[in-house]
Amino acid sequence: MSNDIAILGVGMHPWGKWGRNFVEYGLHAARAAIADAGVRWQDIRFVSGAATMRCGYPGYVAGATFAQALGWQGAEVNTSYAACASGSQALAAARAKILAGECEVALVVGADTTPKGFLAPAKGYRPDDPDWVRFLVGITNPTYFALYARRRMDLYGDTEDDFGLVKIKNSEHGFTNPNARYRKKFTMDDVHASPMVAHPLRLLQICATSDGGAALVVSSLDYARRIGRGHAVRVAAISTVTPTFASEVVEMPDIATDSAAAAAVDTHRFRASIPLKAYEEAGVSPRDVNVAEVYDLSSALELDWMEDLQLCPRGEAARMVRAGETRIGGRVPVNPSGGLACFGEAVPAQALAQVCELTWQLRGQAGERQVEGASVGITANQGLFGHGSSVIVKR
Amino acid sequence: MTAKPKVAALEGWFTLDEQAPQLLGSRCKACGTVYFPKQTSFCRNPACDSTEFEEKPLSRRGRVWSCTNASYQPPEPFVAPDPFVPFTIAAVELEAERMVVLGQVVAGVEVTDLKVGQEMELVLDTLYTDDESEKLIWKWKPVA
Repeated sequence: MSNDIAILGVGMHPWGKWGRNFVEYGLHAARAAIADAGVRWQDIRFVSGAATMRCGYPGYVAGATFAQALGWQGAEVNTSYAACASGSQALAAARAKILAGECEVALVVGADTTPKGFLAPAKGYRPDDPDWVRFLVGITNPTYFALYARRRMDLYGDTEDDFGLVKIKNSEHGFTNPNARYRKKFTMDDVHASPMVAHPLRLLQICATSDGGAALVVSSLDYARRIGRGHAVRVAAISTVTPTFASEVVEMPDIATDSAAAAAVDTHRFRASIPLKAYEEAGVSPRDVNVAEVYDLSSALELDWMEDLQLCPRGEAARMVRAGETRIGGRVPVNPSGGLACFGEAVPAQALAQVCELTWQLRGQAGERQVEGASVGITANQGLFGHGSSVIVKR
Repeated sequence: MTAKPKVAALEGWFTLDEQAPQLLGSRCKACGTVYFPKQTSFCRNPACDSTEFEEKPLSRRGRVWSCTNASYQPPEPFVAPDPFVPFTIAAVELEAERMVVLGQVVAGVEVTDLKVGQEMELVLDTLYTDDESEKLIWKWKPVA
């Protein structure tokens, strides 16, 4: 029996720093997805929202907030919060409802309005809060991305210009994407002229925070067939696994990793474990993947993701980038949307935006960003507190 | 002018032995897992349900897992000198504990001076000074 569900419709509100209420972005994306699906809002029986923690109570109950904005019509609602994986967890909730036979068609929505500047931790002397401790010591988010990047340089011989190539490639990909916030083709000179934030990463190589919204209308395969959409792109797998003790990699906001000194404890890479379950669930191998949307919080992190997704052996991602294999037209295009480099991060919407892009790619509707003949795509992201996700979409 | 008293910026996180300071972690009495910062109420090893811990001073030396720097002033609660002085940061892997601990690197060591695998040792240094005291923190220093 197939556990696939159909993606009937996708929609986004363009990413930016619009400064409006997040509900507007979510509503815009939801209406676009409903129109794309060709269903009536009244036919949707489940609304699954990805929560935002920065927009007050309506953000905590995002599913209900979006349902009310669209007009109460008696559907059941759900809200998921899982940091960067919130959108995928909201999608997983909709899939569970559909596969359980409790509803046929569901709407999944995530949207965010981000504040300007740093997100400062609460004040006072709070040594029990790892987030407070690391800022006291002077460790910011880019510190972690830079540690991963520098380790690649020493272990695999990656160079600062390799990371620059990723930025340039993503800026070329996102250049014509109407939903991208940053649409400028950057050169290596631009990268070199950008101020160093955390060696070896420069300002242009670290993703910003953005406002934005993304939505999916999903259904049972049976429903899709009944409305003449039997060939719709499908969700073939959703992985939202947690890490396995003990972590090999120091993760934000921690000051230290777990110790693996106890008997029978080994170290694990969380990022690499996330797609494993997705591949297994979808019954596809990394060699089947035609296109990937990964979380380039830094341009160097995209290289880690390529290896974690097994698109190449460990240590070979930079070689793939140099050879142009991850460009549109290359062997496995990565971030054809332009990625976080062109979008900036809108946390609860981002994992859904990745699925929107893959859906357009697999339908052949990606315009100038089209990856020709794409039939299997994979997303990957990781956030705080053991949250991460990977979604496989196929034709 | 009398010197201000030296106190730990994070009380109980490390010894104040200026010659050979050690980070103070905890060790699960049942499975031996070491924690830094201290874990005192439950063991996070999935195969262990112990609630008994003892204090465990950590190894003073380890090897660079990776390194970077802070070119921009971090937000509060970081207390920056005026003008801000960039500093180097290292993630250091402790062999016996099989864990990686982050920390600033002593002044004068640039990120380009360090390599993955290089041996580092723990020292105490000033994090910042306020009206009452000099706040000490652990830092990593290349082994000469």
